[in-house]
Amino acid sequence: MNAIPIEYGLILAGILFMLGMVSVLIRRNIIFMLISVEIMLNAAGLAFIVAGSKWTQADGQIMFIFILTMAAAEVSVGLALILQIYHQLKTLDTDAANRMKG
Amino acid sequence: MNAVQYLWLVPLLPLLGAVLLIVAGRNMSKPIIASIGAGSVGLSALTVIVIGVAFLSNPDVYEISVWQWIAVGNLTPSIELHLDALSLMFIFVITFVGFLIHLYSVEFMGEDSGYARFFACLNLFVCSMLLLVLAGNLVLLYLGWEGVGLCSYLLIGFWYEDPKNGYAARKAFIITRVGDTAMLIGLFLLFATFNSLDIETILSAAPSRWEQGSSIATVAALLLLGGAAGKSAQLPLQNWLPDAMAGPTPVSALIHAATMVTAGVYLIARMNVLFELSPVAMTTVGVVGAVTLLIAGFSAMTQTDLKRVLAYSTISQIGYMFLALGVGAWSAAIFHFFTHAFFKALLFLGAGAIIEALHHEHNIFRMGGLRKQLPIVFITFLAGAASLAALPLVTSGFYSKDMILWYAWAGEKGSGLLFIAGLVGALVTALYTTRLVIVTFFGYANTRVSKRPGWRMTMPLGVLAVLSVVVGFLEVPHNFWHAQLISGFLGGVLPAAVIDSGIEAYEWALQLLAAVVTLGGIFIGYFVYMATPGLHELVKKKFPTLHQLMYDGWGFDALYTLLFVKPVTWLARASRGDVIDGIYTGIAWVAIAANRAIATTQNGVMRWYVLGIVVGALLIITLGILV
Repeated sequence: MNAIPIEYGLILAGILFMLGMVSVLIRRNIIFMLISVEIMLNAAGLAFIVAGSKWTQADGQIMFIFILTMAAAEVSVGLALILQIYHQLKTLDTDAANRMKG
Repeated sequence: MNAVQYLWLVPLLPLLGAVLLIVAGRNMSKPIIASIGAGSVGLSALTVIVIGVAFLSNPDVYEISVWQWIAVGNLTPSIELHLDALSLMFIFVITFVGFLIHLYSVEFMGEDSGYARFFACLNLFVCSMLLLVLAGNLVLLYLGWEGVGLCSYLLIGFWYEDPKNGYAARKAFIITRVGDTAMLIGLFLLFATFNSLDIETILSAAPSRWEQGSSIATVAALLLLGGAAGKSAQLPLQNWLPDAMAGPTPVSALIHAATMVTAGVYLIARMNVLFELSPVAMTTVGVVGAVTLLIAGFSAMTQTDLKRVLAYSTISQIGYMFLALGVGAWSAAIFHFFTHAFFKALLFLGAGAIIEALHHEHNIFRMGGLRKQLPIVFITFLAGAASLAALPLVTSGFYSKDMILWYAWAGEKGSGLLFIAGLVGALVTALYTTRLVIVTFFGYANTRVSKRPGWRMTMPLGVLAVLSVVVGFLEVPHNFWHAQLISGFLGGVLPAAVIDSGIEAYEWALQLLAAVVTLGGIFIGYFVYMATPGLHELVKKKFPTLHQLMYDGWGFDALYTLLFVKPVTWLARASRGDVIDGIYTGIAWVAIAANRAIATTQNGVMRWYVLGIVVGALLIITLGILV
């Protein structure tokens, strides 16, 4: 079986991570920011899987399961916060939620 | 020892009342506060009466040591109460008049929100004043001395929401402080000489240690006089008392008329041996009294505020007491204190009833015609005023003032000038008292009476009115009747006044002269203010500068502002921007600027924070790769 070269997987993970990061930075809608964070998490997960297959170890996949669990928890908390923000501010724009400035 | 051993109860009861009210007064209902406040002083007065009866059956000097207070080297003052005839008279007046004034306050302060605070301060005052007069050593006396000063400050500024009252309270405190400092230095001097501050020890050791007329005795006596002058509002520290009228009227009656302001008289009488050692100090006391009684008397003639008239008259009457002390008529001074406490407390309480009845109107020219509307207040006020004016034969003020005038003339240390000052003062006193009564109670009613005093206010008035007439008969002149109870009573404690020989025959003439002068003053007052309406306005217009000068209390306030207040505030302002201050302001300024700069990064925009994290992570990774 022809293995995919490890560089390809890592580069894909890097691209995904950069995409997520950039969109967290430029998006103002908080739901899109949450989605972008998910993309970054998955990019990190992909990197673990690739590394795991390179060294034929189960650790990478276990880490990915951890990341999935963590992401699920994070989304539930995040969505609850988003609901609250919408309830309070009647908008999903994060720049509107700037009351805690120094 | 019998009942006298319970002497410690006398100051303890008001102290307990004060502590209870300070700790729990906030949560008590008004009747409970009133019964604690007035009750503690009432019980104390009862104790004094029981002790007084025991004392009269066996007059002696009692020393009751409660416990050792401080022991540092030679300085071992204890909490030690000293009861003799002099302190018994003082504690009687303090507790008895104090109780009546407390009773009066129950109704007078009834609407006030600071009810518990008022009674707490008043009880604390009574306790401090009792300690002052019962103290067996000068350290304990000084504790009481400062305690009454503190309570005076707290009560003058009782209605602290008005900044003017706070100013008056600070003025009173600071000016008396000047005198207190002199007194404290005097105490140091006494301690340095006698190695003890026990009053008995000092008084018995002084004549052998110091020669008659030596300069160190003069200095010590003058320093004590400084303290006495500050507390008793005598020249040159007299100008705080008129402003002290900012406090509630019962306070003016108790502290600024009957008791605290006579603490100076007590101090000088108690330390009489020291003063006898120094003729210069004695003369100074007499002259201070004479000058004060004149300038305050003249000021009282021009005041329009009812309470300020009484305040100036208090200064003037204490001037009489100092005059008596200065000529060595110790008993006469204490007798005048005794009568003055009753009639001046009565006048103040009457003034309080009037002011309350007229919606807090203080100006006597907006009163008038109160004779019919407040008959009880009128009759009692008239009794007090007659006593203040020293109406011959029937009032106590006549007997006490006559005694002072007699010794000012006939006493060995007396002189014609002091006598004339006293006589002019008597004329002025009669004049301003008549003016006060006529303008307030007669003529056209300018303000309608809104509220009549209840029994708790009129009862003290009645009791004090009776007392201010009858206590005079305790001590009538030698040539009238053989009844010299006061000077006989005080004879064991205070030296008797020495009279020039061959002068006693003139006593009748002097009494007649004093009576004529008093009646003359009353007649002038009647003539100017009642018989010929408009005359007093004419006189006022004729001498506008003099009138203004007397109205302002002879410009002492302006003088002190110029001499002391202005330079000090100038110095304070000049030292505000100096180098050392600059360093500290600089440090503060740098901290504030740094805070502002860093605070701008906390702009509340979430994406900005994310960027911060990213840049930070990049930096760390880059560093990790490079290093």
